[in-house]
Amino acid sequence: MNLLLEIGAEEIPDWMLAGALDYLGSAIAALLKEHHLGDARVRTDATPRRLTVRAEGIIAQQPDAEERVWGPAKSAPATAVAGFAKKQGLEPGQLEILSDGKAEKYSFMRKIAGRPANAILAEALPQLVLKTPFPKSMYWTGKGGVRFIRPIRWIVALLDDQVIPFEIAGVPSGNRSSGHRKLGAARFAVTYENYEAKLRENFVILSADERRTRIRAVPTKYKCDNDLLNTLVNLTEWPTPITGSFDPEFLDLPKEVLMMVMRHHQKYFAVETPDGKLAPRFVAVTNTDGDPEGLIRHGNERVLRARFNDARFFWDADQKRLLSHRVQDLANVTFQAKLGNYFEKTERTSALVRFLSNDPHAERAALLAKADLTTELVKEFTELQGIIGGLYARAQGEPEAVAVAIYDQYKPAGMEDSIPRTEAGRILSIADRLDTLRGCFRVGLIPSGSKDPFALRRAAQGIVKILVEGKLRLPVRTLCEGNPQLEDFLAERVRHYFRELRGFQYDEVNAVLASGWDNLPDVEERLEAVRAVRPTEDFELLAASFKRIRNILKQAQFEGSGAALSERLLENGPETELYETFAAVRAACAILTDYHSRLERIASLRPKVDLFFDKILVNAPDPAVRRNRLTLLHTMLAEFSTIADFSEIVTNSPLTKGSE
Amino acid sequence: MSQSKAPVFQEIVFNLKRYWSDRGCIIQEPYDVEVGAGTSCPETFLRALGPRPWRTAYVQPSRRPADGRYGDNPNRLYKHMQLQVILKPTPADVIEQYMGSLEAIGIDLRKHDLKLEEDNWENPSLGAWGVGWQVMLDGLEITQFTYFQQCGGIDLELVPAEITYGLERLTAFLQGVDSVYDIEWTPGIKYRDVRYTDELQYSVYNFELADVPTLWKLFEIHEGEAKRLLGLYPDAEQKKRFPLLATYDHVLKCSNLFNTLDARGAISVTERVGVIGRIRKVAVAVAEAWVNQQFEQQEHAA
Repeated sequence: MNLLLEIGAEEIPDWMLAGALDYLGSAIAALLKEHHLGDARVRTDATPRRLTVRAEGIIAQQPDAEERVWGPAKSAPATAVAGFAKKQGLEPGQLEILSDGKAEKYSFMRKIAGRPANAILAEALPQLVLKTPFPKSMYWTGKGGVRFIRPIRWIVALLDDQVIPFEIAGVPSGNRSSGHRKLGAARFAVTYENYEAKLRENFVILSADERRTRIRAVPTKYKCDNDLLNTLVNLTEWPTPITGSFDPEFLDLPKEVLMMVMRHHQKYFAVETPDGKLAPRFVAVTNTDGDPEGLIRHGNERVLRARFNDARFFWDADQKRLLSHRVQDLANVTFQAKLGNYFEKTERTSALVRFLSNDPHAERAALLAKADLTTELVKEFTELQGIIGGLYARAQGEPEAVAVAIYDQYKPAGMEDSIPRTEAGRILSIADRLDTLRGCFRVGLIPSGSKDPFALRRAAQGIVKILVEGKLRLPVRTLCEGNPQLEDFLAERVRHYFRELRGFQYDEVNAVLASGWDNLPDVEERLEAVRAVRPTEDFELLAASFKRIRNILKQAQFEGSGAALSERLLENGPETELYETFAAVRAACAILTDYHSRLERIASLRPKVDLFFDKILVNAPDPAVRRNRLTLLHTMLAEFSTIADFSEIVTNSPLTKGSE
Repeated sequence: MSQSKAPVFQEIVFNLKRYWSDRGCIIQEPYDVEVGAGTSCPETFLRALGPRPWRTAYVQPSRRPADGRYGDNPNRLYKHMQLQVILKPTPADVIEQYMGSLEAIGIDLRKHDLKLEEDNWENPSLGAWGVGWQVMLDGLEITQFTYFQQCGGIDLELVPAEITYGLERLTAFLQGVDSVYDIEWTPGIKYRDVRYTDELQYSVYNFELADVPTLWKLFEIHEGEAKRLLGLYPDAEQKKRFPLLATYDHVLKCSNLFNTLDARGAISVTERVGVIGRIRKVAVAVAEAWVNQQFEQQEHAA
C-alpha cells in the first residue's frame, strides 16, 4: 500500500524545510519498521506551505505474532494460578509449566493479532508530526496548545484510497489539499497517484529540483548564488524569475553596498557584465506565473530605487566626517560592558599591532578600523562593517594598504572564507581578535559547552587560520599573556584546525603539538612531514619503540642524570651500533633543513633500536651501566622529540604491548 | 500602473477600516499618548492579555525619533501611520482575510507577487514577542504579521494575530510615487502639505534642541509615578477600579522619552540595556497587575 501524508501549514520559514523533511522521512520509515509494516520506500518534499511524505510498499496488515506470558511459579498455591489464568481469560488447564531459565513457571503463548496499518498510522502520526524539531516553534490554539513552526491548516493522510483518520490541533485529516494561495483552488481532493499532478493544476510545483530549474531558466545571465537560490526555491510554490533594471548612475556606489541591498534585503540575483562588473540589472524571483503587464517588475524596480537612494543618502552624509575624526566618537560605543568602549579597544588593538609588527600601515589601519561603527551606512548595513570602513578610508585618501587592511579586518568570516589579502590586514585581524579573547578571558567571559555568545571560538579559529595560512611565525603561546585557560582554549582550536580542516589524524596532531606549538607554520611543516613518512614501514614500528623507551624511562623514573653518555660503558654489538647510528643520524639531522628528510633518517634507526631491545637488558646489574643505557635512551628521545613526540602515535604493532 | 484610479490616502484608510469593521472589529481612534508602534497601545498590549476575545482596528501615528530626517528622505519619517488590527483569538482563515483586505484597497493579487517571509517580532522593553512574517508585495514590505506569544513576559491565553500595515508605504505603492511626500492625501492635497512641518520641526527638536537633563528628569518623574501606583495596587481595596490604564500611560511616556534620548545620542550602548530593563520592569508589572485585575473582575461577575 502507499502512504501520502501532507501537513498543510502557513508559510514555513524557508531555512527550516530541509530539517523538518529529514526528520519526517526517517521518523516514518522507523515507524513502519518498528510496527513490521514493511521496508517501505520513503520520499519527502516540501514547499513553503506543505511538508509531504510519501511511502510505497506498506503492508496492509501487521503479521500476527506470538508472545510468551509468564505467570506464578510452579510452587504457587492453586488460587494464585487460577487468578493468573482468569486474568488472561483462560482455564488453569490451558497453562503450561516451563522454565524461564531460572525457575519453573506457569505460562502460555499469547497470540497477538496483527493490526491494520491504517489504525497504527492513525494512532502514531499525530505525535510523530508534532515532534518535528523546529528551531523556534509557536502555539496558536491557546495556552498549553500544541506547538509547531506555524499553524497547521489542513492535513492529507491517505493509505491507498482510505483516509487515515486523526486530528492535530483541531484539524481533521482528509483527502483534500490546497493550491497556490492566489492561482490555485483553496481545497481539492487528491489521491496518492494524482497528488503531484493535482498540485501542478493548482500552481504548486512539489519538486524542489523542478522549482530550482524554473528559477535558473531565465534569459538573463546572472551570478548564481547557491544560498540565495535555495532560499528562493523554498520561498515559492510556482517560481517565475523576472529581470528588472536600475539607473546606471547608482553604479557609482560601491558594488558591495549594491550587492548587499540586492541580495540580502531584496533577495535579487545581481547581474554581471561579461568583464565581471556589476550590470544595472537584477533578477527577482516571483511566486506567480508571470508578469505580463510588467507590474511586478515596475514595483520591484521602485523598491530597489528607494533602497539605493537610501544608501546614497547615507554614503553622502557619512563623508561629512572623516574616519580619523570619528575615532574619538568610539568612546561612546560600548564594546562590552566589562571591557569598555571601542575607543579603548582601538587603543589596545593598536598597541598589539605595534607589538606584532612595525608596519605603519597596519598601525594606521588599527587606529581607523572601528571608526565605521559610527557611520550611518554601517548602522543600516551592519553586515558590511569593516568593508564600509575600507571603502571610506580609500575615498578619504588613506593609503591603499591601510584601506585594504581595514576592509579585510573581519576575514576569515568562517572557516571556508579566505584570510586577509595583505600582511597588514592579517596583523590587524589577529590583533583585533586577540584583544577580544584576552579581554573576555580576563573578565571571565569564557565559552562553555555550546554557549559562546561572543563567538570566541570563531575568533580563535580565525587567528589560527591566519597564522598558518599567512605563514606568520608569531609566538602564539606568548600572546596568551600566560593565561593557562586561554592557552588551552587556543590549543584546542589549533587541534581542531589541523584535524577537521586539514584532515590530519588526531594522534599525528597530538604528537606534533606535544613538541611545541608556539610557531604554527612550523607545526604545519612538522605535521606534513609526519603524514608523509607515516605510511613507510619503519615509521610506525619506530613510534612503537619510542613508546617503549618512554615507558622504560618512566618506570625507571629517569629524567636524565645530568651525566654525559659514556662511550666506554657501551657494550660492543647492538648497543654500540645503536649509539653510532644515532650519532650519525643526529649529525645528519643537524644539517638537513626539512622535516621530511629528518624524519626519514630518524625512521631508519628502527632496525638498530629493535636489535638493541632484542639483545640488551636495560636493567643491567651494574648501576653505572644501567644509568648509561638509560642516558642513551633519554638522549635519543629528547633529540628526536623536537619534531613530534612519537610515543603519541597510535600503532598497531605488537611491540607496544610489551613492556620492560 | 493605472495611477489615475489609485485611491487617495484617506480613502485607503477608510476602506481598510470598513473592511475590518465588516469582520467584527471595533474601529477605534488613535491612542492619545505618544507611542513608537501601535503594539504599545493598551488596545493591543493589555487587551492581548487574559481570556477575553477581542477584535479591534485603529490607525496609530507612531513616533520614532531616530528615524526623523528633517523631511529630506523620501522613505523615512519621524512619525508614520500604522493601521493596527488585532484578531484574538486568530481565525483559521486569517491570512485569506488579510489578503482580502489588500484586494479591498484595489490590489489585484493575481497580478502581483505576494510573499510571506519569516520575521519574528520582539519588543524587549515590553517583554513582548511573537512569530510571523513580513509581507512582501513586489519586493516591498507592506505589512508585519505577528502571532503574539507573550506580552509583559506572560504567556497569552488566546493567541492574537496582529496585522500592522505601513500606510504610507502601501499608499505610495498604490499611487506609484517614489516619495511619501508625494502621496495624494485627498484630491489636491499632498502628504507634504499635511506633514512636512511636523517632520522638520520634530527632527530639529529630537536631534538638536531637546534638553537631555530635562528629558531624564521627565523620564524619572514618569517612572516614579508608575512605580508609586504599582506599589499601591496589591493592597488596593477595590482592585477593579484601580487605575492601571493611567499607570500604563506613564510607562508609555517613559518609552517615548527613552526613544527621544536615544535619538539625541544621550544613551550609550551600556546604559541602553539598563534603561530598557527599567521600562521593561514597570511594563511587566502593569501587565501582571492587569491580568490579576481581569481575573478579579471575572470572579466578581461570576
